[in-house]
Amino acid sequence: MTNTFSEFRAGTRAGLPFILVIAPFGAVFGVVATEAGLDLAQVMGFSFLVIAGAAQFVALQMMVENAPVLIVLAASLAVNLRMAMYSAALAPHLGSLSFARRALVAYVLVDQTFAAASLHYEQTPPRTAAQKMAYFLGVSTPVVPVWYAATWAGAVLGSAVPPGLPIDFAVPITFLALIVPMLRSAAHVVAALVSIIGVLVFAFLPYNTGLLIAALLAMVAGAETERRMAAR
Amino acid sequence: MSYDAWHIWAIILGLGAGTYLLRLSFLGMIGDRPLPAWVLRHLRYTAVAVMPGLITPLILFPQATGGEMDPVRLGAALATIGISLWTRNVTLTIFGGAAVLFALHFALI
Repeated sequence: MTNTFSEFRAGTRAGLPFILVIAPFGAVFGVVATEAGLDLAQVMGFSFLVIAGAAQFVALQMMVENAPVLIVLAASLAVNLRMAMYSAALAPHLGSLSFARRALVAYVLVDQTFAAASLHYEQTPPRTAAQKMAYFLGVSTPVVPVWYAATWAGAVLGSAVPPGLPIDFAVPITFLALIVPMLRSAAHVVAALVSIIGVLVFAFLPYNTGLLIAALLAMVAGAETERRMAAR
Repeated sequence: MSYDAWHIWAIILGLGAGTYLLRLSFLGMIGDRPLPAWVLRHLRYTAVAVMPGLITPLILFPQATGGEMDPVRLGAALATIGISLWTRNVTLTIFGGAAVLFALHFALI
């Protein structure tokens, strides 16, 4: 029990720096969505039900362009297809939990929680599924409520954020901070390089499908490198 | 935008439900059935396969500058990688990267 709680606290500590990213990102969404004409309930509906900044911005952008509802949904869901990959990667760690618990973890499965948890699961000695869930929920404790609060603040308080600040770049900085420690084998480096090259090569494809192709190729490249190095 | 309120709610609910089902997909279906070794071998690379591709365009062609390469963002990205290799600490790296980002922003403005 103590052990589970300490995992939760370790997760919360790991999640705290993400506030730096989530707060400005959520606030900008609140400001932009309100300026685009959504009312407060709709803006908050996005942040409560979707909790995925990139997809929310894609949907909003296409709504501003008055795209048909089904096209808006297809494009923004395509951006979130990576969540299915995350879900598959978590299944070996959390699959033995009850369905209700897995359903709860699924609600708070976002880029930051996934990256922090998978880094932790790789770096620490084997834990029980309950401890791994505690860590995951720990990471999401500062992340998800701050996402709601920041969206609300942005929608209500308007553009208190001075224009021109490069806050859009908080997202790449966090992801770099999470990715670099993961590059601890040649196979991981190969996967990351294939991902970068792939996304540039397939950049011409619509609706972010290039990222998905690049990610699939990168997973194959990483797995194949690992297999060949083990066979040697 | 020129939607009825119910169109907007259809987008919000559809995107919310669809995203949730994507998140639940494998976690909900597979449960603790053991996966074949080759599947696990591929899943080990999920994070390093998705995230570098996700941020590469944000670093090289930021929307905020209209897709033009920007010394502030590129410099901050390189500094973040350097700080990460040097400190091996995620929190320090995020704070350090943000500090370099704002320092370059105000130095080069």
